[in-house]
Amino acid sequence: MQSTSDTQLLEISLGPQHPSTHGVFRMNAVLDGETIVKLKPVMGYLHRNHEQIGEHTSYIGSFPFTDRLDYFCAMSNNLGLALAIEKLGNIPVAERGEYLRIIMVELTRVLNHTAVTGFLLNDMGAFGTPLLYAFREREKILDLFEAASGSRMMCNYIRPGGVRIDVPEGWLQQARALVAGYPQFLDEFERLLTKNEIIRQRTQQVGILPKALAVNASITGPLLRATGVNYDVRKVDGYSIYPRFSYKVPLGSVGDVYDRYYVRILEMRESLKILQQALRDIPAGPAVSPKGQAMVKAPRTFRPPKGEVYSRIEAPKGELGFFLTSDGTPQPYRYHIRAPSFINLTVLEDMCLGYKVADAIIILGSIDIVLGEVDR
Amino acid sequence: MALIGSGVLQGLGVTLRTFIETYPWGKALLGVLRIRTGQGLVTIEYPDVRQQHHERQRIFPFLVYDGAPDNLRCVSCKICEQECPPQCIHINGPAKDEQGRPAKVHGRTYPVTFDINVAICMSCRICVDVCPFDAIEMDNEFELSTEERFGRLVFNKARLLKSNEYFQQIKPTEAAEVDARLAAKAKPSPKPAAPAPAAGPTAAPAA
Repeated sequence: MQSTSDTQLLEISLGPQHPSTHGVFRMNAVLDGETIVKLKPVMGYLHRNHEQIGEHTSYIGSFPFTDRLDYFCAMSNNLGLALAIEKLGNIPVAERGEYLRIIMVELTRVLNHTAVTGFLLNDMGAFGTPLLYAFREREKILDLFEAASGSRMMCNYIRPGGVRIDVPEGWLQQARALVAGYPQFLDEFERLLTKNEIIRQRTQQVGILPKALAVNASITGPLLRATGVNYDVRKVDGYSIYPRFSYKVPLGSVGDVYDRYYVRILEMRESLKILQQALRDIPAGPAVSPKGQAMVKAPRTFRPPKGEVYSRIEAPKGELGFFLTSDGTPQPYRYHIRAPSFINLTVLEDMCLGYKVADAIIILGSIDIVLGEVDR
Repeated sequence: MALIGSGVLQGLGVTLRTFIETYPWGKALLGVLRIRTGQGLVTIEYPDVRQQHHERQRIFPFLVYDGAPDNLRCVSCKICEQECPPQCIHINGPAKDEQGRPAKVHGRTYPVTFDINVAICMSCRICVDVCPFDAIEMDNEFELSTEERFGRLVFNKARLLKSNEYFQQIKPTEAAEVDARLAAKAKPSPKPAAPAPAAGPTAAPAA
């Protein structure tokens, strides 16, 4: 017989249709009062068999599917696959194409960090306002994407050898105007958020990720840099033409939710610096190399030599890797994606233990997951 | 150490300014007070007000014909059907005459049926990229919802056919490029209107 003063552990299931879980994600949490003592992430509700589909379509045919991995950052996903295919098939890249890719990918990073900051505030209980401010600015970047690629989110734009088609006339001026005006928005956004005492109370010293654990769990992206580890694939690998630009890698010190928020803000400012340099230096010429153009026109003629390749980029969420194995046919024999959202999710329990349920929501929000990428 | 709560008040100042500037009088007031304003109201009242979409916007493919609807550019080569990543295109063809030989209209073979399932299509534009005859292009019509689940979601050949003039109207830049390319291609054969001489280059891909 239990006395009424005994306490019991309570198991609750958050999700999969919970709005705060950023999609169809479920957390099975065991609570002692309000405190989390155990948390098990459950994923797989949005599994769409992307890798298997990729093995049954041509290399080019996988591009529209990569848009749907991390649907906030379609351009980054395109670039990841394009770099892997270029490495596999030794495809040269047009100079203008390189610059256009960097512009698109850095715009994607700005877009993603803006949106995720809005979502984080939404999770914190600041319903609407910061999120809508973020989406107002994001919409401007999406307009640029639509003008260039024809679609706001499912861009399907970057191709091996460059980009599918050169940007329309006047696009670069529009992009320059946007990049020039963006710091103003960031200043305003920071005035709204950074010094806000409520946000500091909610986020500082919450969800601390220890440095050693972050490295051991192969966490990447802003989540890792917020702990103070200087690791950015753009700097480490120097892929594409990143070594030509001067930019810094912002680092946090504590590794709490606030650091993750602030690292993202600083990263946006650095991305704007890259954008300014790229928009200044972009050369004229074809946007795609002849080999890449031929591949777009006739995808089945591309038969890479036998072999396997792993190529990675610094996507806004972390290290996005594409592993391709070729058996000499127009289709990959094996196609695998290292999704940053998925790997970063593995430390969710370690970050949440000992905190309250409301903290678990913002810790999840600060990891920045997109379920399309987690489940693939 | 700043006063506790000053951060919150600063943030509220931003939201207040953003609220005021959505009104015309507010924008004027902020101008008088020399406060820098943002863009004000950014939303539009769809469907009363419609946004001008970019020329490259791609929603759903359509088949282009020149002049009359039976003069469609598609020769039923089925490359798009093969390359479509989600496999939403279904082509039956090319049309055969009584003897079992490929039937021709305007010197070209043509598909008997050409269906695209709008529920499966993901607007990737790969069919347009791979088409060697510029026969399929992307439409920017986006109000495609229907009350019928079956039937109306599969676009048949009759619904997909749209004239080249329509294409020129919705996408002037792209249509001009395509027209120039087709004109350059058509030059070698002296009489493109006559069915017999044009049979050579177009009959081959009817696999």
